[in-house]
Amino acid sequence: MLEAKHLTKSFGLVHAVNDISLNVKAGQTYGLVGSDGAGKTTTLRLLVGALRADGGEITICGHDVRRQGEQARANIGYLSQRFSLYEDLTVLENIRFFAELRGLARDEWLPRCLKILDFVGLAEFKERRAGQLSGGMKQKLGLASALVTRPKVLLLDEPTTGVDPVTRQDFWQLIIRIAAGGNVAVLLTTPYMDEASRCHRVGFMRGGRILAEGTPSELRASLEGRIVEARGPSLPELRKTAANIPSVEDVRAFGDKLHLRVAPGRARTVIRDLKGDGAEARLIPPTLEDVFLSLAS
Amino acid sequence: MNSRLASIIRKEFIQIMRDKRTLVIILIIPIMQLFLLGYSATTDIRNVPLAVLDQCRCPESRALLDAYRAADYFLLAYDVGSEDEIRILIEQGDARAGIIIPPDYNAALAEGHAQVAFILDGADASAGSTMLAAATLIGQEHATALMMEKLERSGMDVENFQPPLEVRTRVWYNPDLVSSHFMIPGVIGMILFAITSILTATAIVRERERGTIEQLIVTPIRPWELVVGKVLPYVILAFIDTLEVLAIGHWWFGVPVRGALWLILTCSGLLLLSGLGIGLFASTIANTQQEAMLTVWMTLLPSIFLSGFFFPLEAMPKVLQWISYIVPLRYYLVIIRALLIKGVGIPAIWQEMLALSLFGLLILGAAAARFRKRLD
Repeated sequence: MLEAKHLTKSFGLVHAVNDISLNVKAGQTYGLVGSDGAGKTTTLRLLVGALRADGGEITICGHDVRRQGEQARANIGYLSQRFSLYEDLTVLENIRFFAELRGLARDEWLPRCLKILDFVGLAEFKERRAGQLSGGMKQKLGLASALVTRPKVLLLDEPTTGVDPVTRQDFWQLIIRIAAGGNVAVLLTTPYMDEASRCHRVGFMRGGRILAEGTPSELRASLEGRIVEARGPSLPELRKTAANIPSVEDVRAFGDKLHLRVAPGRARTVIRDLKGDGAEARLIPPTLEDVFLSLAS
Repeated sequence: MNSRLASIIRKEFIQIMRDKRTLVIILIIPIMQLFLLGYSATTDIRNVPLAVLDQCRCPESRALLDAYRAADYFLLAYDVGSEDEIRILIEQGDARAGIIIPPDYNAALAEGHAQVAFILDGADASAGSTMLAAATLIGQEHATALMMEKLERSGMDVENFQPPLEVRTRVWYNPDLVSSHFMIPGVIGMILFAITSILTATAIVRERERGTIEQLIVTPIRPWELVVGKVLPYVILAFIDTLEVLAIGHWWFGVPVRGALWLILTCSGLLLLSGLGIGLFASTIANTQQEAMLTVWMTLLPSIFLSGFFFPLEAMPKVLQWISYIVPLRYYLVIIRALLIKGVGIPAIWQEMLALSLFGLLILGAAAARFRKRLD
């Protein structure tokens, strides 16, 4: 559905996107994860054609974005990071406007709009001006307007940033339902690891490159047997002790615990050393966050 | 009509109607400008305060002052005792002119070589030159009258005496030389041009500034549909403004509308091409509405000054006259003045119409070539 090969884009001397290739199939959710400035938004903007790539190829539903831009765009639904609908139009007017621009006939758009508003849970707010919606509702409106023409490819740029936890759950239920239909390829960016773990595939971005890519379990498997959780009476003391063990590569505090990343095959000795110092220690399954941090360092 | 185009026009109208404040400004500004310029930008002068230093105080000097009093250019406001007083009055701005009649005025007059001094405040050059002309003319007429009297006394038959040459002036089209008849057509041109260029630029840049362009980019809308759809509602507003100014100019200021209305509107449409072009061009350079506004102003101000709106082009240095040939507003002002006041038809203005169309298409073409439906 969505395929990009060797995309590059520079702004002056900055390589915002540096040789990125990715492939999202119908029914799949692909999460692009990375910190701010990693190049996630630029990648999405290249994919929708809002920016022109310096090099590389993008194909959407078999249409080359550069040569058959309009056909390719007809299959795209895009939710930008910044709210990009009209604040002085009502919810319904916004959806109608974008539905019409995408060629929905007059007798088609209204039932479709109402259905989609119902789907995202905005039906009762359809006459409200978009500017008066809350942050989460604005994102839902953006999603509704991106979905109204039933796109084959859905691109969501940090859809849940700045959205409250309850709405975030709602939002994810919507995304999961869309992908579960089996017809839509969803590509989203997120700074949150818990969201990344809900995707079928995850790509870790840093400095304009995808450092690692795979299913969440594949990615986690790369650190299997290397993450040790430690707990002790004094966390600062424990931290110092752990950092002094040679085979410990990284120490991070998680609440009242420490996560230690240890060199391959050294977990057993590290646990024994820690226990000898009177701390509790055990091997735990790695999280995506552990994977991301190990890649980032 | 193309349905994408219709959608975007519809959307733009909803937004215009919701933004009542801007709408009111767009519709009221032309009226304000019209009244301001219609009344203030006038070179007609009346009742200039004059300080009089009459050192002779004789029947002859009173006769001269009566001549100045009779023409209503000057108001004999101050009777002073010294030249210094005249200077002070003019410095303070209480008097704009002074007349000094010497003590021996009547004796010199009898001998045939009397002189009086007339002092003018030249700080305002255009009013100064009108005063100068009036003061000289009144003095000369009085001198002629005195000469006739003298000839009559010497026994000549003055009744049948005629000067050998007489210039009979006849002013066409605007016989009373009312300034507002000259200014109001100019106001129409200026408003049309300013409103279309500013509104076009800000309307397009607004989509970029508010981020909505990012959604538009992803839709299949074509760049020309986006531009035309966004701009058309403002073109309609500009035409409403034109009719507004025309109606007030005609019924309030008495400006004649002698040419055909359809021709006036057609030519206004030709000027709009340039206004739209400049606005669109500015929108391709600017990222915020403020930048767009300033960019448009940079072309707007020189356009107004080099169009012959305030100052006659013939009086400008040659270089500025050449530059004025690339100012579209210049051609429109020639057209609209001719249409309203002279009531001419196409044969008299086709060259200007052609120039206006060419410039419009050129600017619009250049701007359209720069316009991209992208973020970079």
